[in-house]
Amino acid sequence: MAAKKESTFINMVVVLLIVSTVAATTLAFVYQATKGPIEQAKLKKQKNAIKKVVADFDNNPIAENFKVAIAEGDTLECYPAKKGDKLVGLAVKTYTKKGFSGKIWLMVGYNPDGSINNISVLEHKETPGLGDKMEKAKSDWSNKFNGLIPEFKGDEPVNIKVTKDGGVIDAITATTISSRAFCDAVNRSFIAFKNSQK
Amino acid sequence: MSKVNIFTRGFFKENAVFVMLLGLCPALGTTTSAINGLAMGLATTFVLIMSNIVVSLIKSQIPDKVRIPAYIVVIASFVTVVELTMKAYLPELFAVLGLFIPLIVVNCLILGRAEAFASKNNVFDSILDGLGMGLGFAMALTILGAVREVLGSGSIFDIPLYEGDGALVFVLAPGAFIALGYLIAILNKLTKKTA
Repeated sequence: MAAKKESTFINMVVVLLIVSTVAATTLAFVYQATKGPIEQAKLKKQKNAIKKVVADFDNNPIAENFKVAIAEGDTLECYPAKKGDKLVGLAVKTYTKKGFSGKIWLMVGYNPDGSINNISVLEHKETPGLGDKMEKAKSDWSNKFNGLIPEFKGDEPVNIKVTKDGGVIDAITATTISSRAFCDAVNRSFIAFKNSQK
Repeated sequence: MSKVNIFTRGFFKENAVFVMLLGLCPALGTTTSAINGLAMGLATTFVLIMSNIVVSLIKSQIPDKVRIPAYIVVIASFVTVVELTMKAYLPELFAVLGLFIPLIVVNCLILGRAEAFASKNNVFDSILDGLGMGLGFAMALTILGAVREVLGSGSIFDIPLYEGDGALVFVLAPGAFIALGYLIAILNKLTKKTA
């Protein structure tokens, strides 16, 4: 085995400098190479989510997205789905901060009459085995929302609430907090849908 | 030490999770299902082999006093490579494991092998050591993930085994400790160790 370099000040500085430079250069190359695919994977995920929640369309909803204000300083992104020139649905990317842990991001699809077509979960950090039943892959709970038109009395939601709070949605067993948060996100998306009609 | 021995001791005699109890944070955090455990194990194996190779190659050029920072930079670079690649080509898997991938950097198993083995042995032995230790780690995580998935979700590798919800506790954090404890106990019994 070759003798180790001595731990002199100059040796240490030079070695660390070389090691970090090589590492940084390598990472810069990998970053450049993966940047495109990462963006594409993100777009594809979003496009799939839109496809799942609105009726058949032939435009590019992501390219035509617009932002709708729902409250002071708060906007949601909307993706219009069109067939020919006719609007066949609107997908709204919505969120809630009321989840059990962290934000929940949903994509809610509306029919032109304001009824919910379908909902897909984009991102959440809820408890595995409990809160994650909101995902279509784990249970069909979120289908309960399909066909409903959210109603409001002033700022208060009327029907999109868990039954415990007087609404029409049966909460996921033992998961009232996540279910409430889910309703909150859906109601938020409806405000965006309503405002987009103006 | 024979070459075969270097490779195989990572599986049983010096298994990172079951015997040395190293790298328990990712081992307990990611093993909610067998497939997650396997993916995390393979990602760690890749980082371990690559860092062992590089550390073994540059060992004579690194002054003793700065060896730890130098090794950590090497390890962190490979972890970032894994993270970016996974994000680009396996976005579904990244959604589940993403949180734990950066933590591979501080997995004591990897720095431990760099310090205890790769910095004292040649490249070939270091690859064998990384492969053995890494696959042993992957095996442990897959077994742990499989046990928790069978008991907690009633399925294995996402194939349903029985109806019903399973014992939820095994998917949650306490179940990870319980399952690991029992697995270690069984392994100790099998290898007839007197504690």
